[in-house]
Formats: sequence, structure tokens, C-alpha cells
Amino acid sequence: MTARTKAAAGGAFRRLVITEARLAWREPIGLVWGVGMPVLLVIIFGSIPAFQEPLPGLGGGTLFDAYVPILMVIALSMLAFMGIPYPLANYRELGVLRRMSTTPVPPSRLLAAQLVVNLVMAAVAFVLIVVIGMAAFGLKLPAQPLGFLLAITLGAGCLFSLGLCVAAFARTGRAAVAMGQGLFFPLAFFAGLWFPQAQMPDLLRGISQATPTGAAAQALTESFAGQFPSAAPLLLLTAYSVAFAAVAIHWFRWE
Amino acid sequence: MAVIEVEHLRKIYGSVVAVDDVSFSVEAGEIFGVLGPNGAGKTTAVEALPGLREPDSGRVRVLGLDPRVDRQELRQRVGVQLQESALPAKLRVGEALELYRSFYRESADVAGLVDTLGLADKRDAYFQNLSGGQKQRLFIALAMIGRPEVVVLDELTTGLDPQARRDTWAFVEAIRARGVTVVLVTHYMEEAERLCDRVVLIDRGTVVATGTPSGLAALHGGGTRVRLRPSRAFDETLLTRLPGVSSIERQGEHVVVSGSGDIVADVVQALAAAGVRAGDVRTESASLEDAFIALAGHPIDDADGGDAKR
Repeated sequence: MTARTKAAAGGAFRRLVITEARLAWREPIGLVWGVGMPVLLVIIFGSIPAFQEPLPGLGGGTLFDAYVPILMVIALSMLAFMGIPYPLANYRELGVLRRMSTTPVPPSRLLAAQLVVNLVMAAVAFVLIVVIGMAAFGLKLPAQPLGFLLAITLGAGCLFSLGLCVAAFARTGRAAVAMGQGLFFPLAFFAGLWFPQAQMPDLLRGISQATPTGAAAQALTESFAGQFPSAAPLLLLTAYSVAFAAVAIHWFRWE
Repeated sequence: MAVIEVEHLRKIYGSVVAVDDVSFSVEAGEIFGVLGPNGAGKTTAVEALPGLREPDSGRVRVLGLDPRVDRQELRQRVGVQLQESALPAKLRVGEALELYRSFYRESADVAGLVDTLGLADKRDAYFQNLSGGQKQRLFIALAMIGRPEVVVLDELTTGLDPQARRDTWAFVEAIRARGVTVVLVTHYMEEAERLCDRVVLIDRGTVVATGTPSGLAALHGGGTRVRLRPSRAFDETLLTRLPGVSSIERQGEHVVVSGSGDIVADVVQALAAAGVRAGDVRTESASLEDAFIALAGHPIDDADGGDAKR
């Protein structure tokens, strides 16, 4: 208690990220559902022979190829609706955020550290999906790498902002889990988890493509197929990101 | 030198007046108690010190700084333990200390701190597996990790068993021994009597008295009572003429002498000088609790809306 030591300048954020990463590993909700489940589905879908046959309705692509971008959106959604809101709502409920507001480092840094950890988990999920898909199931890299990066960045921004809205409105960790699940299932449907957008009736496809997950899946699918993603989903994702972020910032409470 | 000055602090939540008019000052290096029933406004008052709450009116200075203006600087120099706070369940003790250490310009040595607080063998334990006393010791450690000049401890021992409470008191005294000024919020009279150099008694948002625990007890609590069994009958004026003695009452074989201050020795000596042996001597000093009842008109555990947490 007596030795006087200097804290490393700027070390606080790095330390927060390390701490949140450890906690994400020890309570692996995001890891199991946001990384494990989508990767497992890639392996299962890739192993079903019918998923590997070219289908005329999918422009000659296979059902497996159609599911890869959808599973990427599922990974983002799981992290956005489970990985982000639960710890933040839980921290607020327990008083962790309030305790931190008595220190020189504001609790907003803890929120930022959470986002960094979840972005890293999303990146791990994407890399595993692509590497396993390529190595075992004949997946080809996105034909439009730049378009893919743009689509995945906007998709992550949009869904993570929506996750922060859940964290803003949920008063407890349990409420955050309930709200996150309530959002996940319909949005997973619109992403195309039950059947890809190409197989949806026109009206349903139109509705799907207006949702955050549907727009993200559309943009990613286009970038895999070789086109630069069309303007509609990109603009929509940008608008959603701005709107969700504004709502989250306005409603988020530290205590 | 006053390290903390609070003048006419007032804080209203909606239509509820949490703090009506509270003033006190805390000298460097003392343990200062903020004492009162639950719901009296103690927490609201001290939360204005590090700038956690903005008062509606009044003047607050901590280390010469205004919490409204110099919040950031005060957060470096004031350590806080909050009444209701926790850490993530699966954070280890050592990790929590390293994390909070990185928040401050200057920081204490983690190994020394865990040794002092008896947490050395708990460094790798998860927060969720600590006992109540260990959690409170960790919160003391977190409040001390930035080498603060002032620490605010809010209801530090609420919910602890008597042994853990006494252990925690020893740590508070160890903090003061380092020259750190301690503001201790409590509704336990015994805790204030044992630890605090001076206290402010708060009831329903206002200050009812300020002073040393023994001074307040002697002044407002009805003084000291000495009960004894004299070996033979004696003239009462023998005792009533002593300074400090106010009355004598006979209870069968016993005599009860009431007064203020340290009257025990005088009474026994005066009796001995007259050849009377005092047997079975018992003294009963007025407590801070008595003083609070006299001043506020009700016991501390019995305030309006104050559900005692014991």
C-alpha cells in the first residue's frame, strides 16, 4: 500500500479490453451463440449433400453458398442481441457502471471495450466460417472483397447499435436476455435462416430486405456473388445505424 | 485545515427533499462520521463530495476544489466505496485491483494492499466466491488503489457479522494511520463511537448536532450514571456537593449517582474518605444513541420511512 508507482498512461482502455475479453471467455454466452453456433451450422449445412447441388433458383449457386452470408448475419445478430446487452445491463443492475463513475475513467470506456471484444468475436466467427467453408465445402472468397467489407462493416454497425438500444432499455440482465431473444428470432427469419431470400415470395422478400438483418444479408449475398452491393441495402443499413445509435445514446443510463 | 467544507447543501428529487440543509466540515486526517437513520439523506449528502450528485443549492469544497467544476481532478484524489455496488461475478480479486489501478495517475502497490487487507490468499478468487467481509475489504482496496487523500466509505459494514465488522473497523483505522481523511457514512452508533473522531448527526435531511461522539453523548445523552452498594448509610450531601454530580437516587441497598463527565473516581474517593466502602460499582455512560434520541426525538432505527437494515 505504500509503494508509489506510476500507472501506465493510456493503459486503462487496454486493461478494460483485456478484462472484458477474459469475462467473455468465462461467461461465454457470446462465444457459444455468436461464434460456436454459426460455425457449427456451417459444418452441418456443408455436410448435407442436398445443400451442395447447384440450384437454378439461386442463379446456379448452391444452398450452402446462399447460407454462408446468412450465417454471418446470424453471428452478428447473436453477438448484438446477446453478447452486448446482457453484460451491460447486468453491470448497470449490479452497480458496476456506477462504481466506475467514481473513478477518473468514465464508464463509457467500459461500453467501448465491450464493443471491441464483440467485434473481435465477430471477426473470429467470419474467419472460421470462410476458412472452414473453403477448406471443406468448396466455398469461394467473396468476389467483391471491398463490397464485402463495406457490407459487413455497415451490418455490424447497424446490429451492434440495435444491441446497444436493448442495453439502454433493459433494466436488468434478465430483461436484456428476454428482449434480445425477442428481437433475434424475427430478425433471424428475415435474414433468411429458415429459407434464403432468393426462395421467399416477392412480398416477403421485399419486407425482409427492409429489415436490418435482411438488408445486411442481401448486401453480403451480392458481394459473395460478385456484384458490388446495391445502393438500397447499404443506404438502409447506414440509416438504421445512425437511428439506432442516436436512440441508444439518448436513452442509455449509467445507473 | 478543513479538507471538506459543506455549507447549506440542499438536494431535491422531484417533490422529495432528500437533503434540506446540511453543513459540516472535515479536518485533514480525521475519521469523520455522517450518522443518521436510513433515509435521512446521508448518502445523498456525501455523494455530492466526489461530484456524483449535483446539489440544488449550497457550497461544497473538497481539497479546495469545487466538485461541479473539478470533477475529473477530484476523481483522482478521492476514493469512494459506494453502498450498493458490485463487480462482475467472474472477475478475480487481483484482476479487479489491476484494472482499477490502471485508472489512476498514481497507484498503490497491489501486493501491499492485499496483504494489509488480508486478501493475499484471495487474489485468484472470483468476486462471486468472496464472503461479505471479503467483498467489503476488496471495495476498501479499490477505494485506496489510486492513493487518494480522502476516502468516502458508505455503509461499509451493513450486513456483516460482528467479527467481520470489527475486522473492517481495524482497516479503516489503518487507512487513517496513513494520513488519509476518512468520511464514514453509517447508521450504527457503535461503529461511530468506536471509529469516529467527530460526527455529524443527520435526521430528515438536516443536521441535528456536530461534535465528538463522547462529547455529544455527555452533552445530550443524559451523562453518566454510577450504581453502587455502600457499606453503610451516609449523608447524601457528601456526593451532591461534588462537581459534576447532579442527583442521587436510592434503590434498596443500592445508590444511583447521576452526573456528567468522569464522576466515578470522585464518587468512590469521596465515599472512601468518609469511611464508606463502595461495593458492586457499575457505571453506565450515556451513549451516542441516547444523544440521538434526545436530539431527534426518536431512536435511530425508528425514523419515518427508514427501514433499519439490521
